[in-house]
Amino acid sequence: MFSFSVEKTSEDAQFYKTTYWDLIVIGGGPAGLNGALYAKRKGLNVGVISKEIGGQLHNTSTVDNYLGFQYIEGKDLSHQFLSHVNSLEIPVLKNVTINQIHHINPHFELTLSNGKIIKSKTVLIATGGAPRKLSIPGEKEFSNKGVSYCTTCDAPFFKDKHVIVAGGGNSAAEAVLDLVPWAKKITVVHRSQWRADQILLDKHQSIEKLDVFLETQILSVLGKDNMEAIEVLDKKTMEKRIIEADGLFIEIGNIPNNHLVKHLVTLNDAGEIKVDSNQMTSLTGMFAAGDVTEQPYKQIIISAAEGAKAALAISQYLNHTYKGE
Amino acid sequence: MQLLNTELQDQIRDYLSPMKNKVTLMLFTQESPCETCTETRQLLREVSELNPLISFVEKDLIEDIRDVDQYGITLTPSFIMLDSDGNYRGVKFNGIPAGHEINSFLTAIIDMSNQEFDYEKSILDRIQKINKPVNIKVFVTLSCPHCPGAVNSAHRLAMLNKNIEGEMIEAQTFYQLSEQYQVSGVPKIVINEKYELLGNQPIEAFLNELEKI
Repeated sequence: MFSFSVEKTSEDAQFYKTTYWDLIVIGGGPAGLNGALYAKRKGLNVGVISKEIGGQLHNTSTVDNYLGFQYIEGKDLSHQFLSHVNSLEIPVLKNVTINQIHHINPHFELTLSNGKIIKSKTVLIATGGAPRKLSIPGEKEFSNKGVSYCTTCDAPFFKDKHVIVAGGGNSAAEAVLDLVPWAKKITVVHRSQWRADQILLDKHQSIEKLDVFLETQILSVLGKDNMEAIEVLDKKTMEKRIIEADGLFIEIGNIPNNHLVKHLVTLNDAGEIKVDSNQMTSLTGMFAAGDVTEQPYKQIIISAAEGAKAALAISQYLNHTYKGE
Repeated sequence: MQLLNTELQDQIRDYLSPMKNKVTLMLFTQESPCETCTETRQLLREVSELNPLISFVEKDLIEDIRDVDQYGITLTPSFIMLDSDGNYRGVKFNGIPAGHEINSFLTAIIDMSNQEFDYEKSILDRIQKINKPVNIKVFVTLSCPHCPGAVNSAHRLAMLNKNIEGEMIEAQTFYQLSEQYQVSGVPKIVINEKYELLGNQPIEAFLNELEKI
């Protein structure tokens, strides 16, 4: 039976009716949507701009650690978030990207890919992360020729095939579970030990077609037209060997989507945005929340909470500190 | 049994409420073998019942050969959209637009109905200048959240220039075709059987490829 994930947002024309915003939220994942929700409830004139609603929530098939939901599909939780935001009639601009952000003290101007300029007193950066790459020979060459970064999207192409999962965190452990209905054999290769939740690893116990090689580093992806194997280094024996496989799902965490603001705010060595205890960045009036910030635990509930915290702090800031009109 | 429950019907009715002009959905099916023909027919019928501006017509791949030829139909289920004047504007879906693809389907209906495209003038000018025949195939899976954006871009290019056709291809239904195009990751965009793009690319990336033709 088919399911349908309708993502209804406000009409674009509605968004452009506002000429001067209290807050523009950039990003439609848990941090951005919860930030918008809290800001709207505080009476702020808030709009959301996002290329895709749901953010990385869509890269996870099931969620079982968000309080109140014992088990929910990522897309359904995203749908619930969007419905809640829609119920407060918060304008959301989809399928548009932001080319540039200018700080014209004390407000901000955002230039959109459609040429329009949006003016706002404050900005909440909730742009999340993009899949981190292994940066090894063959990875780029065989991207979408066996190498993939989205299990929920691409698992069906590996029916009855042997796939490798690279990584040792929750994303990798979940990728294994997502691949079980499709793949003939699944092999996890990770350079150190598992970091995933025990509850996920317990689910792996009954998967007979699963092999796990820890303390094993992937050196390169090999193949001709398509990927055919990976070369690995066993770090205990320091021996190299080849593992033949049809696919490689890379689940080794994320890199922060900081390109819009990296010249405006202070970042840490990992490129994540540094924020104070109120989620404000080094630039007054610009706040950040979720996986783009330096907080180390990339979780849906933490991102959502940071979005809420940022919105409340933004409300305070506009009432007491903001110097503009 | 209905494909769309009451809640989904309400959401889709609301989604389609900005429609201004008529749109026709023309579905091509065949008796057998046709994976998902039944469900696609049902989806199109149920959606068309949610807004009086949508008409639904069904054609047969064998019997309606004139339409099959005119609209270049090679797969079933496959459907196209016609604008309020009954013109084909290059918008085609191969396979059922369920899962995340319901969004590219509903967006295409709104776009076809209203013909309002929010692009910068320089982008519109670049689209207008494409003067060679272009076919854009966008391979998708129904569980891919990044795919509807790519399908929308291909369809909008098609609506804005009569030389361009944009088609969604649901990769699991058309598994052999996907293997032929070596699809192992989506969205995969194939332009005139030659140029390839990966991922949900901005319209500028499409244009960069189209201008090479």
